[in-house]
Amino acid sequence: MIRTVLAMFTLALWTSVAAGQSDPVSERKSLMKGNLEGARNIVKMVRGQNSFDLEQVTAAFEQWTDTAKKLPNLFPEPPAQGTKTRALPKIWENKADFEAKIAAFAKAVSESRDKAKTLDELKIAFPPVNDACVDCHELYRRPQ
Amino acid sequence: MIRAWLLLALLLVFVVGLVWLFTTPAKVSAIELTPYAPDLDNGKTMFNAGGCASCHAPNPKERNRLGGGMALKSPFGTFYSPNISPHPGDGIGGWSEADFLTAMWKGTSPGGLHYYPVFPYTSYQRMRLSDVRDLFAYLKTLPPVEGKVRSHNLPVYLRVRRAVGVWKFLFLDGRQFARDPTQSEEWNRGAYLVTGPAHCAECHSPRNVFGAIVSTQRFAGGPDPEGSDGWIPNITAAGIGDYAQEDIVRVLESGDLPNGDSVGGAMRGVVRNTAELSADDRRAIAAYIKSLPPVEGPTRR
Repeated sequence: MIRTVLAMFTLALWTSVAAGQSDPVSERKSLMKGNLEGARNIVKMVRGQNSFDLEQVTAAFEQWTDTAKKLPNLFPEPPAQGTKTRALPKIWENKADFEAKIAAFAKAVSESRDKAKTLDELKIAFPPVNDACVDCHELYRRPQ
Repeated sequence: MIRAWLLLALLLVFVVGLVWLFTTPAKVSAIELTPYAPDLDNGKTMFNAGGCASCHAPNPKERNRLGGGMALKSPFGTFYSPNISPHPGDGIGGWSEADFLTAMWKGTSPGGLHYYPVFPYTSYQRMRLSDVRDLFAYLKTLPPVEGKVRSHNLPVYLRVRRAVGVWKFLFLDGRQFARDPTQSEEWNRGAYLVTGPAHCAECHSPRNVFGAIVSTQRFAGGPDPEGSDGWIPNITAAGIGDYAQEDIVRVLESGDLPNGDSVGGAMRGVVRNTAELSADDRRAIAAYIKSLPPVEGPTRR
């Protein structure tokens, strides 16, 4: 009995881990979606369309911190033909540069995350993060 | 019988002669140019509106160093942008004003060869004489960069430059910009910038098998000509009809899209150009883009 339970548990753990690893495409897509969500909220505050909301700002920076941690492992190999992705093959041709861009993003996020407690601070803290996103997207993200 | 053959031969000679005539690279003569004091500030505006740096300055942080050599992939092969810095041997330092006008308006090199239309003279031909002269004067003030650029990587049948003459005969209309008196000053300025120097339609339109813009679908987007499987967005009202003029201004100023995302890819380089324009020029471009009637582009596979 206990052996069966253990076996099933191991199997369940193994499949969930494998599933998580085998689909980096959908994982990075959902991360990017979340990142955009956070950016959109913040842009609205910066432009004065929404009022400043520290909770949303903190959530966005947490999301980006999480992303920065995960990104280096989410581009293991070029996607198979026909995969729906905007990740360009250039990523794997210039892997070192691509990784440097991720590191720059991580740095921007960690340097800015505790410096966005007010709207005025946010206006200074957000642009470096946005620039880091853009820097990478310029070269490595396919047009729509 | 012999007479029939002779007639046929004559006809052939005539046709070949006609084609030769039609495909002769056109030039602008220096005699037509009256003395002129160029406006360097306007030349710089034309440089930024024209997006010269996007294709000719390999380092985006050194927009003034126009050494070229950047690869531009296309369905026809890979093109390498030439050195247009004022270097006397490797760039355009030895060019006359007439040479430059000939290149911009006629797509012909000083040596009398057709340029491939990857150089967007189909749009630059719309530019005003004074604007092209100012641009030339401005380019002359930039640092000369050493280095000849490698030649294009094209299939054999496209290396016959004369064939580009046929293309020009079909697709280069030779018309300059004509203002629309029923529209505002701002709209006309925008229309001039968009259809002339800024050459927006060159990327934001589908192309036919000859690589020419499908004129009925101008600005309606299409497959990325660089072959990324990506899609260049439709910028008529059918694509961005929900953008306000302010939204378009913001895209041109910072690259920020209304949905919180930012433009990437080649458009990022375009934004580096348009960010340098005056606020009025960005507003003008936006006014014109905003006025484009809805046109459906090709459907994506």
